[in-house]
Amino acid sequence: MAATNLQVKKFAAEGLWGNNPIFRQVLGLCSTLAVTNLVLNTLVMCGALVFTVACSSATVSALRNYTPRNVRMMVETLIIAVYVIIVDILLKAYWPQMSSNLGPYVGLIITNCIVMGRCEACGISNPPVGAFVDGFFNGLGYCYILIIIATFREILGMGTFLGFAVPYFSTPYWDKWIMMVMPPGAFFMLGLVVWFFRTIQIEKEKRK
Amino acid sequence: MNPEQPFNAELWQALVVFVSAIFTQNILLTYFLGLCSFVGVSNQLKTSMGLGFAVIFVMTSTCAINWVAYHWLLVPMHLEFFRFILFIIIIAAFVQFIEMVIDRYSPVLYQNLGVFLPLITVNCAILGAVLFMVIRNYTFITSIGYGLGSGIGWFLAIMAMAGIRERLAVDRIPKGLQGPGITLFIAGLMALAFIGFTGVLQGR
Repeated sequence: MAATNLQVKKFAAEGLWGNNPIFRQVLGLCSTLAVTNLVLNTLVMCGALVFTVACSSATVSALRNYTPRNVRMMVETLIIAVYVIIVDILLKAYWPQMSSNLGPYVGLIITNCIVMGRCEACGISNPPVGAFVDGFFNGLGYCYILIIIATFREILGMGTFLGFAVPYFSTPYWDKWIMMVMPPGAFFMLGLVVWFFRTIQIEKEKRK
Repeated sequence: MNPEQPFNAELWQALVVFVSAIFTQNILLTYFLGLCSFVGVSNQLKTSMGLGFAVIFVMTSTCAINWVAYHWLLVPMHLEFFRFILFIIIIAAFVQFIEMVIDRYSPVLYQNLGVFLPLITVNCAILGAVLFMVIRNYTFITSIGYGLGSGIGWFLAIMAMAGIRERLAVDRIPKGLQGPGITLFIAGLMALAFIGFTGVLQGR
């Protein structure tokens, strides 16, 4: 059964805005916030996350009629772990530098609450294609927020974007905010982003 | 273990790792691990305390068990890539087992700690500590020191946050900032304070 166009649109709106993993559900911050000090790391991590969420959600949904209800958490965890291992091995083989930069955080996608949350909320009750689309857009909804955070952190803290010097910020006129690349910077940036998006949402709801 | 190294040196290293895991390299405030339950649970002092103790206990024990499983089982068999699955299964099985034991022998403890145990299986801090331990090649004793230190560090952070958030309950905070937003800002300030510990110990 293929998901209709309308359904895809609904999933996209929910994942990217209405039920956004970060500022709506505040889930899955752990494994990915740590790599937001550089945009490149964030992009790779986001790719890994989107792949894992979409594929594991689809797999859970394909197996949903064969999985006994009381062991489903364990089965879901194992399915997620399989995809994370695939990502980990691929990174180690083709991009060892990035693999050592990310350290344990690739493996920590397993315990990222979003992946498990999507499998539970959508994978277990929808056909595979719908679950895949839902996982994909939830992953994207998560990623664009992280990329916003990473962009600010890298430009303000290091004066670069994706490793290239940014005109004004890499010159001596700009006093680099070292704090931005250190852990507190991530907390402050995420706090600001959550505040910003939640305020927009509250305003929108008021107008309705 | 290296036989040429005196025993004391290893214990000393374990102590250094232990202290640095609590203060300079706090698992929550510098590595962002266990942030979900931190934001979700830290609004009450009592619940935070229960969860904190459960984390200390589970983290220390699973670090020890997983060290044995990794170095005695996976490394000899050259199955290192299999570690994510093995670790997560061991953590889940251990938590389940402890829950059953506590339920059987100490109903009082079960009342206080039991409800938090299932939550811990999906706490990233536990798996994170285990993975750090493997990546940094700690010895067995150092791993236990690291597990205990990380657990205590997490406990300290969540207790401090819960204490602050209980005071915040009556404050007027902008609507969009309530809940997770303000928690993240406070966590940022706490992380800044913890940076002050840098240099206390020249540990890893």
